[in-house]
Amino acid sequence: MSAVDKPIAGHVDDSHGDPNASYLEAKHGIGPWLYTLDHKRIGLMYLVMISLAFLAGGIFALLVRLELFTRGKTIIDAETYNKFFTLHGAIMVFLFIIPSIPAGLGNFFLPIMVGAKDVAFPRLNMWSFYIYLIGAVISLASIVIGSVDTGWTFYTPYSTTTATAVASMTFGVFVLGFSSILTGLNFIVTVHTMRGPGITWRRLPLFVWGMYSTALIQVLATPVLAITVALLMMERVFGLGIFNPKLGGDPVLFQHFFWFYSHPAVYIMIVPGMAIISEVLATFTRRPIVGYFAGAMSSLSLALLGFLVWGHHMFTAGMSEFSTMLFSALTFLVAIPSGVKVFNWTATLYKGEVWFTTPMLYALSFIFLFSIGGLTGLFLGTLSVDVHLHDTYFVVAHFHYVMMGGTVMGFLAGMFYWWPKMTGKLYNETPAKVGWFLVFVGFNVTFIAQFIMGSRGMPRRYYDYLPQFEPFHKASTIGSWILGLGLIIEAVTLLSSLKNGKKSPPNPWGSAGYEWQTATPPLLFNFKEIPVRTRGPYDYHLATPEDLYDGFPEGEPHGD
Amino acid sequence: MATETGHASAEHPEHQEHPHFLQHHFETPAQQYDASKLGMWVFIATEILMFGGLFVAYLIYHAQEPELFKLAHHALDKKLGALNTVVLLFSSLTAALAVRSAQLGKRNRTSAFLVVTLLCAAAFLVVKYFEYSHKIHAGLLPGRCFGHPGFANCIGDAGLATQPLAVSVQEHGMLLQLPTRANMFFALYFMMTGLHGVHVLVGMSLLTWVLIKNIKGHFSPEYFTHVDLSALYWHLVDLVWIYLFPLLYLVS
Ligand code: HEM
Ligand SMILES: [Cu+2]
Repeated sequence: MSAVDKPIAGHVDDSHGDPNASYLEAKHGIGPWLYTLDHKRIGLMYLVMISLAFLAGGIFALLVRLELFTRGKTIIDAETYNKFFTLHGAIMVFLFIIPSIPAGLGNFFLPIMVGAKDVAFPRLNMWSFYIYLIGAVISLASIVIGSVDTGWTFYTPYSTTTATAVASMTFGVFVLGFSSILTGLNFIVTVHTMRGPGITWRRLPLFVWGMYSTALIQVLATPVLAITVALLMMERVFGLGIFNPKLGGDPVLFQHFFWFYSHPAVYIMIVPGMAIISEVLATFTRRPIVGYFAGAMSSLSLALLGFLVWGHHMFTAGMSEFSTMLFSALTFLVAIPSGVKVFNWTATLYKGEVWFTTPMLYALSFIFLFSIGGLTGLFLGTLSVDVHLHDTYFVVAHFHYVMMGGTVMGFLAGMFYWWPKMTGKLYNETPAKVGWFLVFVGFNVTFIAQFIMGSRGMPRRYYDYLPQFEPFHKASTIGSWILGLGLIIEAVTLLSSLKNGKKSPPNPWGSAGYEWQTATPPLLFNFKEIPVRTRGPYDYHLATPEDLYDGFPEGEPHGD
Repeated sequence: MATETGHASAEHPEHQEHPHFLQHHFETPAQQYDASKLGMWVFIATEILMFGGLFVAYLIYHAQEPELFKLAHHALDKKLGALNTVVLLFSSLTAALAVRSAQLGKRNRTSAFLVVTLLCAAAFLVVKYFEYSHKIHAGLLPGRCFGHPGFANCIGDAGLATQPLAVSVQEHGMLLQLPTRANMFFALYFMMTGLHGVHVLVGMSLLTWVLIKNIKGHFSPEYFTHVDLSALYWHLVDLVWIYLFPLLYLVS
């Protein structure tokens, strides 16, 4: 039926492997990894690099927290402290969280879920990975050259005057942006043109809807970041003047440009997390997600509304009263699709038979923590409140609840959920759950303390603090150790399963998801034959519990 | 839009032909073509947003100082700008004709049209080169260099410290006195036309690559995607210029 069954034209490198072997075994040696066009191998290579970035960003975070353990100097001086929190933020945002789910897990699973042999442009996909590597090397090189101390937001005028390596760091960000654009472009085209027989838009897994919405933001917002950092580089190298009042420019324009990208970018971060949660919840409650279509549309509307609210980061930067009110009102609108998601998930749980595996625990944490993060976002979107809370630890806690409590929990849920699929190995549940417990507790200890001190006026990015904040800083730092320990346990659990783990059956969770109906680990070209789908991805009512483990019965095509 | 092509393989499982240009992960040539075309459109959307940032900056600063922009724009050469507009418009026409002849399988004519398009692109850059060097000699490079002819003061802080309060330029026998704030107009001029120039270069490389492929006989009436897409890209380059020309050369 498809090219897989016949000898394939020899001009595509990957066609030389054995199509009946798993993608891990089809070809041997390091070479086939380095120039592979296979979306699964590229996804895995991304996951490795992303995890290293997470490790690096995490080490900087622990150092920053350690410095704040006592008042005054604890381990590093103030200049180094400024550099460390900047590097923590920049690495976490640009090297870890933005590529994490789309380029890693998305690359691996999106083509399988839409029933395609690969993404639409495999070579572009490979380039996206190498461009990411080049961007990472440039960013890391600028740490060596002179580091950066502006905060991850690179605000002018400080970023145009500081003596640190802002130009090369922003160049790294520029390059990383292209990698992100290429991933997004590939996903949009793949979803539009590569869907297999029977996979209609209404049968797309919610993960694919999430990836598609994310891809739209990546493609539409990232070019604006590119031009913004290009202007910043010009400003530093030639003193261009666009952001310099002396030459007729305006430093606040930088903030507008930056947030025009970076607010949509927070949806590049969270929508993929939400997408994973929907998959995990369906599998472990054995139910379709309540309000499938509303869920899909809320992802899309988050992507679109996200472009209209950037001004809420600049309420105190000098905007007209009218604009602040407009941005505040629009910000509240964002809560609607976010709320739709949360209600969909809780309704799915209601009366569901919940199976508490590690991925499910992470998914439940996501719902809980994202709700806190989203609701505190509404506090910040309220003008009168934000004037007090802006640039305090309250904001820091808010965005960690959504980025770490949301996206990272979603990422971990996805890693544990799909680990058997990707590697063919089962991890050990007990240590994984212990790790989850420490992550969950550590996270809350770290950031609840920050909510409290933020609401009492502790400013962010400060090296030193008043005595009344000491208990909160101490608690927060101790929390960060618990969190770090939990993450180490999770990493060890996953990695040790590669050596000692039991072989995974094809569908260890008994999921109805499309990706689980293929070989584990997947074959070189994903399928022996491109499957014809006759049902939706969550149609648990069409199968008996035993069927779920042995292979979903694909019946005659019936309506949507 | 492409659901139909996605289904095609299910309907004709046995008559699968695999023409040499069909990549292994596509089922049909139509699917491959749809994917490539959509990919180029999405890419064009990213390009428009990238230029969009600069257009927004232009609109904001123009709204702040309309008189200054009007004064500063007299330093640009309208005739050369208009000439370049005509050259680019013509090149878009020849690019479209190249696609047409590729569609009809007329290989030599395709090559000829591609060559004409490339020559126009080169002519555009030559004109731009003369415009740029004139501006640079007049001390209109923005930023640290502003007010200092040549590149001598562009790097380091000397330029800003010794910047003159006003820059005088001779254009068409008219003497223009520009205040330092006029820097903003030239900052935008050089960023916008510079970025556009980079796109002209990228477009030229694409067209050259397609030309070589065409000469080698890679295309046929069944398969001419690369000709089509590089021409599409070239139209974008042209389109951006159509907006840049009135914004920069014809400020009113
Ligand atoms: C219900 C949705 C949300 C609302 C209403 C909201 C609102 C806000 C507001 C008003 C601010 C500005 C606070 C200030 O600086 O004074 C803010 C900051 C921030 N938010 Fe959210 N937010 C929401 C969701 C998210 C999500 C999902 C993410 C990321 C995954 C996120 C990440 C951030 C970040 C990173 C910052 C601070 C950036 C910085 O200044 O360094 N937010 N949010
Ligand atoms: Cu925001």
